[in-house]
Amino acid sequence: MEKRSEAEFRGTAKRLGDVELTLTPQGHEAIWRFALDADRLPSFAQGIQDEGGQLLALWGSDDRHLNRGFAVHVAFLSSVGLIWTTSALAPDAPVYPDLAHVFPQADRMQRATFDLLGIKAEGALDTRKWLRHSAWNEDEFPLRKDFSPRPSPLAVDAYPFIRVEGDGVHEIAVGPIHAGTIEPGHFRFSVIGDRILKLEQRLGYTHQGVEKRFEGLDLATGAKLSGRVSGDSHTAFTWAYCMAVEQATHGRVPERALWLRALFLEIERVANHLGDLGYLGNDAALSFGFMQFWRLRETWLRQSASLFGHRYLFDRIVPGGVACDLNESGQVELIASADRLEIEVCELKAIYDEHAGLQDRFAHTGVVKPAMAARLGLTGLAGRASAQAWDIRAQFPQAPYDQLDVNMATARKGDVLARVEVRFAEVHESLRLIREIVKRLPSGAIHTPLEAVHGVCEGLGWVAGWRGEVLVAVRIGAEGKLDRVHPHDPSWQNWPLLEVGTLGNIVPDFPLINKSFNLSYSGQDL
Amino acid sequence: MATHLILQKIFKTGIVSEAAPKADLSLRTREQESHTQNQLHAEILKVFGQAVSIRCVDAGSCNGCELEIHALGGPHYNIEGLGVKFAASPRHADILLVTGPVSRNLEIALKRTYDAIPEPKWVVAMGDCAGGCGMAGGLFGENYASCGKISNVIPVDVEVPGCPPTPTALLAGILAAVSGGR
Repeated sequence: MEKRSEAEFRGTAKRLGDVELTLTPQGHEAIWRFALDADRLPSFAQGIQDEGGQLLALWGSDDRHLNRGFAVHVAFLSSVGLIWTTSALAPDAPVYPDLAHVFPQADRMQRATFDLLGIKAEGALDTRKWLRHSAWNEDEFPLRKDFSPRPSPLAVDAYPFIRVEGDGVHEIAVGPIHAGTIEPGHFRFSVIGDRILKLEQRLGYTHQGVEKRFEGLDLATGAKLSGRVSGDSHTAFTWAYCMAVEQATHGRVPERALWLRALFLEIERVANHLGDLGYLGNDAALSFGFMQFWRLRETWLRQSASLFGHRYLFDRIVPGGVACDLNESGQVELIASADRLEIEVCELKAIYDEHAGLQDRFAHTGVVKPAMAARLGLTGLAGRASAQAWDIRAQFPQAPYDQLDVNMATARKGDVLARVEVRFAEVHESLRLIREIVKRLPSGAIHTPLEAVHGVCEGLGWVAGWRGEVLVAVRIGAEGKLDRVHPHDPSWQNWPLLEVGTLGNIVPDFPLINKSFNLSYSGQDL
Repeated sequence: MATHLILQKIFKTGIVSEAAPKADLSLRTREQESHTQNQLHAEILKVFGQAVSIRCVDAGSCNGCELEIHALGGPHYNIEGLGVKFAASPRHADILLVTGPVSRNLEIALKRTYDAIPEPKWVVAMGDCAGGCGMAGGLFGENYASCGKISNVIPVDVEVPGCPPTPTALLAGILAAVSGGR
C-alpha cells in the first residue's frame, strides 16, 4: 500500500491530547502506528476519549534482545481507525503511567501485563494480580525472554476479593468449575436475599501460556495456535493473525482468498448467533427454542463440513490465503441453504416475539445503559445492543467488506432483549452477506506463498469477529520465526460490563444475562 | 398465540434424531480390572444398561470442544434417549469428561472434581489437546502454565481424538467407556 499524505486522509491532521499525529498506514487502510513517549500516553488517551474513541487493547513486549528495553503497546479506536502506539520503556525499571483512570477497561489488561512481563502501570488504583494465580512466583515474568521458572508451590490462589459488608449481606461463590458445560471461572456474588449487590469475577483459570507458546513457532503453526485462542472465534483470530503476518511480510493475498475469508467469518457469526439464540430460549425455560436453533445450527455445521472439510472451519485460513475453495455446486448449495435458514429463523423469531414468558424474562434484565457502556468501553455485539455504534465492517471496511455495504445492527436498551434483537438482525445481515459474497466471488488463485523474511518485522490484524473486534499483534524475528504474538479478544473489555449488568438483578437471572453476553474465558485467559 | 406457532413448528419439523453410533472400543486407553471383577457393579450395569451421568470439566481448552459437547445436546443426537445425561455435581456422575490441556491454574480443581466422583468412575479425555494426540496434540505443549494432556494429571480411560471431535465421535467414546467388562 502506498503511503498516504495527511491531506489525502481526512481527519489525520487533528491533534490528540498534546500529540500532533504523524501517521503511517500499516497495510490495512485504517490501521495507523507511531511511537509515543510513555509519559504522554495519558494525555493522548484523553484526546482519544474527548473525540469519542475507545481503548481496545493494551499489551507489553520484552525488546531487550533487540537492544532496547521493554515496550507498552496500546490500540485505540478513533475516528481515523485504529491507532497503535508503542512506548519504549527502560530495561531496568519498566513503568508507564496508568491509563485506567481515562479508560477503565485498561485495568485488567494493565494487571495482566504486569503479571506476564513485570511492566508496571504507575499510579494504578488496582494493582492486584490478574492472570497469575499460583502457577508461577510473584517475582517471575513468563513473557520475559530470560524467564526460567523456579518450582512454585501451587497452593490455593488467595485472591483478595472486595468484600461487601452490612446487615443481611452474604456471599455466593460460584466456580471455577460451573454446574453446566461452560469454561471455568469464579464468580463471587454479594447478595441480599435474591438481589445482587455486587459481582466480582476471578478469571485466568484457562491460562495455558499461549503467548509464550507462540515464541519460536513458524508462521504456519502460529496460524493454527491463533485459531485456538478462543475456538468459537477461530476464523476471526486466524484471519487477524494472518492479516498481521501478511502486513509484516508485505505479503499479497489473492482477492478470491479475501472473499472466502469473509465468507468463513460470516458463516462463523451465523453459527454462533444460532447457538446463542437457542441457549437464550433455554435459559428462559423454553427448551423448544434450544432444540430448534440447535437443529438449524447442526445443519449449518454439517454443511461447512461437507463444503469446506471442517464443521467450524478450523485451519481453513492460512498465511497468504485460504486452504480450500468453493466450487460452483457448492455455491448453489450455500445460497439455497442460506435461503432456507432465513425462513426458519423468521418463523422462530415470530415465536420468540410472541412468547410472553420469554419476553418477560428478556426485557429489562441485565441492563447496561448506553452511557455506562461508553464509559467502560463495551464493544462488539453487546456494545451495539447498548448504542455503541461501532462495527469495523461498516466503518473501516477492508476488502471485501468495502464492496459489501454492511448494515450495522444496533439497539439502545442494553438489556438481554436488546442483545437478542441484535443477534437476530445480524443473522439476517450475515445471510445477506453470504449470498452476496458467493454470487460475486472473484475468480483466481486462493493462495500466494509469503516471501522469506529478512529482518525483524511487525504487523497488526483487526477483524470484526462475531463477539466483537479481534486484534492480533505479531512480531517476526530475524530468522523468520514468531518472536512475540499478542492476541486480543473483545471479552477483555466486556467481562467487567457483565459485572455491571447484573447489579440489582436477581441471582436466578444471572445465567440468562451471562449467556446474553456469552464471553470467552480462554480468549481473555490466554 | 405462541403456543399455536410452537405446535405448528414442532409438527412441521418432525423427528430429526439419528441412530446412535456403536461404542468405539479402540479409543480405550486402559481397563479398570478391579471394577470388572466387581460382581455388584456388573449387576448394576446389567440393570441400568448405559444409563450414565457425565460431569464436564474444561481444564483449559480453547472452548472448541465445548461447542461439540453442546451440539451433542441437540435434537440430532438424542443422548438422553440413550440414557446419557449431564450432571451438575461430580457426586452424581459416573463419567468425567475433560477437555483441553490441563492449565496449572485449574490443576487442583480438576483433581478435586475427580476425587469427588464416587467409584466406579471413568474418565474420557476429549480432543487432541486432552489426549496429547493428533494434529493439535502438541499445539499448546507443556510449559509454566500448562500440564499438557489429561493423563498427566488424572487417570484416563478413553481418549477421543479430533480438533474438536465430532459429536458422533464423542458419543462413541463415551459409550466405549461404559461398555467395559460386559
